[in-house]
Amino acid sequence: MKTTGRVVGITSNLVTVKVDGAVSQNEICYITLDGVKLMSEVIKVSGDMASVQVFESTRGLKAGCLVEFEGHQLEVTLAPGIMSRIYDGLQNDLQKLDTLFLERGIYNAPIDYDHIWDFTPTANEGDRVVAGDWIGSVKENFLDHKIMVPFKLKGSYKVKSVAAEGRYKVTDTMATLIDDKGVEHIVTMVQKWPVKEAVVAYKEKPRPFKTMETGLRAIDTFNPIAEGGTGFIPGPFGAGKTVLQHAISKQAEADVILIVACGERANEVVETFVEFPELDDPHTGRKLMERTIIVCNTSNMPVAAREASVYAGMAIGEYYRAMGLKVLILADSTSRWAQALREMSNRMEELPGPDGFPMDISAIISSFYARAGYVKLNNGSTGSVTFIGTVSPAGGNLKEPVTESTKKAARCFYALSQARADSKRYPAIDPLESYSKYLEYPEIQNHLNSFFEEGWVENITYAKTLFLRGKEAFEQINILGDDGVPIEYHDRFWKSELIDFVILQQDSFDKIDSNCPVDRQKFMFNAVLDVCRASFTHKDFEDCTQFYKQMINDFRQMNYSEYNSTEYSKYLSDVNELVASRKVTDL
Amino acid sequence: METKAFQKIYTKIDNITKATVTVRASDIGIDELATVNGRLAQVVRIDGSEITLQVFSGTEGISTSSEVIFQGEPPKLKVGDDLAGRIFNAYGEPLFGSKEVVGEAREIGGPTINPYKRLQPSEFIPTGIAGIDLNNALVSGQKIPFFADPDQPYNQVMANVALRAKADKIILGGMGITNDDFLYFKNVFENAGALERIVFFVNTTENPPVERLLVPDMALTAAEYFAVDKNEKVLVLLTDMTLYADALAIVSNRMDQIPSKDSMPGSLYSDLAKIYEKAVQLPGGGSITIVAVTTLSGGDITHAVPDNTGYITEGQLFLRKDSDTGKVIVDPFRSLSRLKQLVIGKKTREDHPQVMNAAVRLFADAASAKTKLENGFDLTDYDERTLKFAFDYSNDLLSIDVNIDVTQMLDTAWALFSKYFKKSEVAIKEELVNKYWK
Repeated sequence: MKTTGRVVGITSNLVTVKVDGAVSQNEICYITLDGVKLMSEVIKVSGDMASVQVFESTRGLKAGCLVEFEGHQLEVTLAPGIMSRIYDGLQNDLQKLDTLFLERGIYNAPIDYDHIWDFTPTANEGDRVVAGDWIGSVKENFLDHKIMVPFKLKGSYKVKSVAAEGRYKVTDTMATLIDDKGVEHIVTMVQKWPVKEAVVAYKEKPRPFKTMETGLRAIDTFNPIAEGGTGFIPGPFGAGKTVLQHAISKQAEADVILIVACGERANEVVETFVEFPELDDPHTGRKLMERTIIVCNTSNMPVAAREASVYAGMAIGEYYRAMGLKVLILADSTSRWAQALREMSNRMEELPGPDGFPMDISAIISSFYARAGYVKLNNGSTGSVTFIGTVSPAGGNLKEPVTESTKKAARCFYALSQARADSKRYPAIDPLESYSKYLEYPEIQNHLNSFFEEGWVENITYAKTLFLRGKEAFEQINILGDDGVPIEYHDRFWKSELIDFVILQQDSFDKIDSNCPVDRQKFMFNAVLDVCRASFTHKDFEDCTQFYKQMINDFRQMNYSEYNSTEYSKYLSDVNELVASRKVTDL
Repeated sequence: METKAFQKIYTKIDNITKATVTVRASDIGIDELATVNGRLAQVVRIDGSEITLQVFSGTEGISTSSEVIFQGEPPKLKVGDDLAGRIFNAYGEPLFGSKEVVGEAREIGGPTINPYKRLQPSEFIPTGIAGIDLNNALVSGQKIPFFADPDQPYNQVMANVALRAKADKIILGGMGITNDDFLYFKNVFENAGALERIVFFVNTTENPPVERLLVPDMALTAAEYFAVDKNEKVLVLLTDMTLYADALAIVSNRMDQIPSKDSMPGSLYSDLAKIYEKAVQLPGGGSITIVAVTTLSGGDITHAVPDNTGYITEGQLFLRKDSDTGKVIVDPFRSLSRLKQLVIGKKTREDHPQVMNAAVRLFADAASAKTKLENGFDLTDYDERTLKFAFDYSNDLLSIDVNIDVTQMLDTAWALFSKYFKKSEVAIKEELVNKYWK
């Protein structure tokens, strides 16, 4: 029998319930108000009083309303048919809701239970299997969606029978398993998983050892992210966090992209689901929406469901990873989730930590980021979840608790700078502040040196040093005046500008420049480094300025032209001519 | 408020604070309205039978034996076509002796629109102001605030935007505006013969501050009526959102909540987002566009109110006085319209995006030249030219007194480019330069 209770206290969406039986932390319950059931989650228990956060508006709720406890935590439904859907934080399918407005208490099925899938078995009778092992697969869009031994099953099982190749519904029996005690377990295509628990149905989680292409020069060339790695993008508003995340979601070399819009603008989600069905995936040529899942809890949707949305996104990502796929999760923004935690902690009158955030915010963030990773599955296949979150620091100040906690957890740091954004140098990733810890991994260094070319990592370091020296020269010029410094200072400064304009800056709104594949990046980077390594004679600093401005213009035209087209070659020869006209020696 | 049948009346108040009263009652819903000694109040906390009510106009003079009458429903606004052309107070009651609106009473602060049902904003809203149209084009369904110091003419600019924006309805939510500003808006709209398209919800400085909290929801409920039910293009003006946030802070303080940054409540982001996210492009053709004002203190955008606002809205418009031309301009560096990409070069001429960027870049070069000059360094020929360009650009384009269409703005920009620069210095795609260079 279900535990029930009655509402005794209400403050905004925090409700206190007097219960008549056992309740557990994070248990889901439904509060009935005028026949409408409002989903809620237990966040604190003291004696027979449970504090629950309601995932909906509590308007009109009264003391005495009935509460029914469900006996399980917040779970996601995992099954074929998740792909290409647009969910809210509680995994309601937003496309299937008829009304213009999201009426509270309306929940629907996350997948289509009537859909018929073509199943191909891969497991055999008598196989020993554990949680996460593949029984067979169905075609979901273009992916092989594996049907797995449910993650919840503990220990090992013997396969008693597997369904024959054929057409089935998700609820049909796909396999029967027998445990050591001889008890039979039915496996269907659907399983449920509590979102706050990490899926660990894999053999091992090695250190990431290869990079993931994003098509962005400032990332791939300068601070690459590893497949199965973590990164975060903090930045003040207007610095281009969202544009950057969109660019990554469109171009990244991944099988599955999960976009978690957490407490952000609804129009940004609209942009995704309007554009993605039309745009091509640059890697497969299929439509982007075919590989994309959106979980959205926009800023005006109930605050408590924000947290649910990031966890739901992660759990779905882990599910696809267990199929041996390369998953990329983008969450915009994790600060909104932290703020939701803060609102609730405040209402519970907990003692506040820094800036009013709960004391354990740092632990919550790092255990969440830890769920990403590259894994080896039991059958030898590999899969990965790469996670990139944005952080919206209050006042653009990176010394705030969410940014600081995330910095400890994530390995790539893409700091967006207001100064770069103000001078329209997009993406505004600050080349000096930002880093990729992966560049220090020997396995990643080996990968880069063999994937691009020998000496690639050294070249990155060299370019970064040049950039830094250029900035220093610029400061000297500003202090001493154009005429007050040797001409080399100008040359040095302009070389850093060349790197900035040609490599770091990228026009997200240009059809060609927005996505720069790695071979093109390699060519461009080498071309720019060749110029940087050469020394030139200039009559005076104005002459120097003109020379580099012309060169930057030619290089930028290359970025705007189709790779290896006649136009591209024309601008390239313009660059070469220009270089030859001034060049003295190679440095 | 009239009394209705079956209302529960209580006459024993247990606690009174500056803003709240507590009374023992049963079967009361959260957010429900009540009157306390005739003053409007709302249920904000329920603890067993203890009901805490926030009295909007304050609790001065309320006695423990004052009458508390529960209305059994949350705040509502009567919506109908005759909302138009009228002025209401924060409770949605008509002012200046006009009669009650005939129509359905709707809960304010209603549910969210399913994001999947939204359309992508795609209609350009020309304002004639080049600092906006050229550099920060507005799009229907957008939400954007003016970030301005109190001494800047934001209300005038907003009134101009409203009149030129060709909206079917203009809904003005005035929060803590001075009576003078209120009369200014009223006169401007009256003189333009636009009063019939306008709905006012006003809380002036003469009214209690907490009442302000109802204004945005009232205004947006009216907006949703026209946009959703009538498929109209609605422009909502909210001034001043900083004063709204101040009222939130007052309430949260009186409710003993732990303040977060700048003494603002921890829920400030969500509170503001609920308002701004009502901006929408609807499938039926209607739209709600929100132009708001967030006043700054000494231009500080790191304060919690502008900071949270910036994360919610789709850009922001900064006004500043240009010291060279002496005119108020829309600052091209700090202003941003996030939705402009949806219309510029698509609904406007193809060269719009590149012209916009090139002009701003040259304007930035002028700013560095100016710094050089101030530091006593010699200027190069290029520096000199950028300074001349900057003056003309401010005067002919950025200034808020400009009123021309977008094509004229682009032509003006090209004319300035060719007057002061070489083609290579402007760094625009060659095919565009060949076509438009003057």
